[in-house]
Amino acid sequence: MKFSRYKRELSAALAYVVLLVAVGAAAPTFFGAGNLRDLALNNAPVLLVAVGMTLVILVGEIDISVGSQFAVCSVAAGWLAKEGVPVALLLPSVLLLGALMGAVNGALVGYLRLPSIIVTLAMLVAWRDALRWVTQGEWVQGLPPDFQWFGLGQTLAQWLIVGVALGVLVAFSWMLRNLGAGRAVYAVGSDAEAARLAGIEPRRVVFGVFMLMGALTGLAALLNAVRFSAVPSNAGIGLELKAVAAVVVGGAAITGGRGTLVGTLIGAALLGTIGTALTFVGINPFWEKAIQGAIILAALVSDVALGHFERMRVGGLTLKTAGASK
Amino acid sequence: MAEVPLLRATDMTKSYAGVQALKSASLELRAGEVHALIGENGAGKSTLIKIITGAVEPDGGELRIEGKTVTNNSPRVAKALGVAAIYQQPALFPELTVAENIALGVEESGMGGRVDWRGRRKRAAELLAQVGARIDPDADAGDLTMPQQQLVEIARALGADAKVLILDEPTASLSEEDTQNLFNVIRTLRERGVGMVYISHRLEELPVIADRVTVLRDGRTIDTRLMSEVNRQQLIQMMVGRELSAVFPKREVQLGDVVLELRDLGCAEGGIKNVNLSVRAGEIVGLAGLVGAGRTELARAVFGLTPVDSGQILLRGEPVRIGSPAEGIRRGIAYLPEDRRRHGVILDMQIGANITLASLDRISRRGVLDFKREKELAGDYARRLGVKTPAIYVPVATLSGGNQQKVALSRWLLTKPSVLILDEPTQGIDVGAKSEIHALMTDLAAEGVAVLMISSELPEILGMSDRVAVMYGGAIVEILDRADATQEKVLALALGHDAAEVASAGAD
Repeated sequence: MKFSRYKRELSAALAYVVLLVAVGAAAPTFFGAGNLRDLALNNAPVLLVAVGMTLVILVGEIDISVGSQFAVCSVAAGWLAKEGVPVALLLPSVLLLGALMGAVNGALVGYLRLPSIIVTLAMLVAWRDALRWVTQGEWVQGLPPDFQWFGLGQTLAQWLIVGVALGVLVAFSWMLRNLGAGRAVYAVGSDAEAARLAGIEPRRVVFGVFMLMGALTGLAALLNAVRFSAVPSNAGIGLELKAVAAVVVGGAAITGGRGTLVGTLIGAALLGTIGTALTFVGINPFWEKAIQGAIILAALVSDVALGHFERMRVGGLTLKTAGASK
Repeated sequence: MAEVPLLRATDMTKSYAGVQALKSASLELRAGEVHALIGENGAGKSTLIKIITGAVEPDGGELRIEGKTVTNNSPRVAKALGVAAIYQQPALFPELTVAENIALGVEESGMGGRVDWRGRRKRAAELLAQVGARIDPDADAGDLTMPQQQLVEIARALGADAKVLILDEPTASLSEEDTQNLFNVIRTLRERGVGMVYISHRLEELPVIADRVTVLRDGRTIDTRLMSEVNRQQLIQMMVGRELSAVFPKREVQLGDVVLELRDLGCAEGGIKNVNLSVRAGEIVGLAGLVGAGRTELARAVFGLTPVDSGQILLRGEPVRIGSPAEGIRRGIAYLPEDRRRHGVILDMQIGANITLASLDRISRRGVLDFKREKELAGDYARRLGVKTPAIYVPVATLSGGNQQKVALSRWLLTKPSVLILDEPTQGIDVGAKSEIHALMTDLAAEGVAVLMISSELPEILGMSDRVAVMYGGAIVEILDRADATQEKVLALALGHDAAEVASAGAD
């Protein structure tokens, strides 16, 4: 029973294990400490955004403006640091800014009932172009010395970044399962009207989820920005694709109501490892995107196949129950 | 009687998921006649019509059109045989012009065919003239009024050479004048030899327009009579003459104070007008009426789903405003919606989670769910209601209809409501589960819950209710005591007949 419930996550995990074994056999240096650290660091921000995206997709919506929000938060973090805002205050400021941008999406989608794909497409363009206009394309440079690595030193900060990303994942995973609010997220994604009839307020749930999405994007932007000595004004391009792909490969239904954060972790790991793995095996990394695309398609197709199989089984069970009750 | 009837359906049977919608329905339609088809909600009219139009495949029985047996019926086959149907809500494409809409039903060219625009307009104009409609063929169908759209549909049916025309409650939302216009068109068609099946709840218009009438009840054809030989009261009796075979577990309960009171309640969005009703603790009030009379809309207004714009809702004598279901639940109201497959339960969710969904506060401490308590409570209610399942952590989708309904009901009982509104609680579920739910309702009443039950099944209404409120056109037209309520009276009131007539029907 338990196994069949998580079969989508399990099949993604299996694919990941196969990938690791294959790469390990072909190029054992892949498992060098330096490479693993780089992989973890590069993927931590994507993982944070994917956590938020999982919530958004679970309620049956989508947010493709996260890349632009990420850029806005990155640049804002740089500016605030240059203005002399202490490092300790950077985190709450960036979280707040992200949450505000998320709240705009949430209000438009939740309360005005506009389709999220269009709303966030508009925001994707709006934030990105507003930022380009404000910065004139210039990077934020001349940052105070304690901005990079939070002034903690590289090693400690790297552990911190990866630790925070995993900690957030664990925390949200726990909340989705153990809080009434988490239950509401699944209920709204499965059948918003039924959830409303049961006393849940879908609009509030959708609003809240978009706000969390924004805050997590802000956090991801800050953790990413401190790794470098300057903040680019065009950060986060294509981030929304990576996040959505991780969620879908992790077994969540794009129509909402089904998915887990463990699945998202596996999906993010699988998609985030592919490119590096190709390089190690000696395949031209230009293939990375094509292979990622193939993985996403494979996830969707196997999902449909599994769903079909389930319905057949459910049909059989229904018959049995009806017969038994006669 | 030697002539071959235009259409003959014999002993049609059909069941949906174990529930028999048609047991033995027959209908004979002659060329050039208007044949009324009447029956209560759920008598099987729509199923019979859907079989004739090929939308539904019958389990048994024979359909003949002009003497030839129809096999493998489908909407396409039926159309080719000259069957057309017009429903209460016109089914035109609002973005297309009138001429285009008519062409869609008439032109046979495939996807690659070229459009003859001029011919299309000309034919549309001719067909519209035949039904006496002055409508511009170039107008967008969406801009027409409802009666105009109906005429366009009839014109389309004529263009497709329809010999059998099915009219499903065509006058339900027409004004007197538009109704007369429609009748004129129907008479013209009759002279041209078109056979028409005319479904209507307005019994008073049948003598004006129909030649014969067939009455359906519980999926069976009761009788076919000449319209000139029957009167309205006889028709009503044929419609309701249902044996009260099922024994209802009704118990005498000591009634308590008034729990729910509605004073002049009005709700424009739901079409509800001046509703006055009270339900006491331990009382079951049945809400009867035809589909569309406003029963569900009234329930939705009380539960905070549609805004109330006049009058008051009082709970235990205190006026309250209920702006959302969440507020309704907090105030002790529970609403079991009709059509559980759509929104009564969440099919993908586990049984346990479905049961606790409206009581998350009760199974959590500071927002954190207590899984042990959830398992206990959900298991408790699943057992108490006799949900037949191996475990409470399987998705509700794996259950039969009756058991899904028990899960939906469990959810509401767990909220410990003082007012329980049940909307068609036993519709489409098997007999065993049905009587279990009835027994449960009696228990709840005995525990002092005020129950408001919407039902389209007269025996259920009469068998379970202490009082019966009958709705018609968004208002409660009469509230009958259990002792005074008969099937004839309730149906006559639901059909919009006045009290004097009802009295004579009762004396009949």
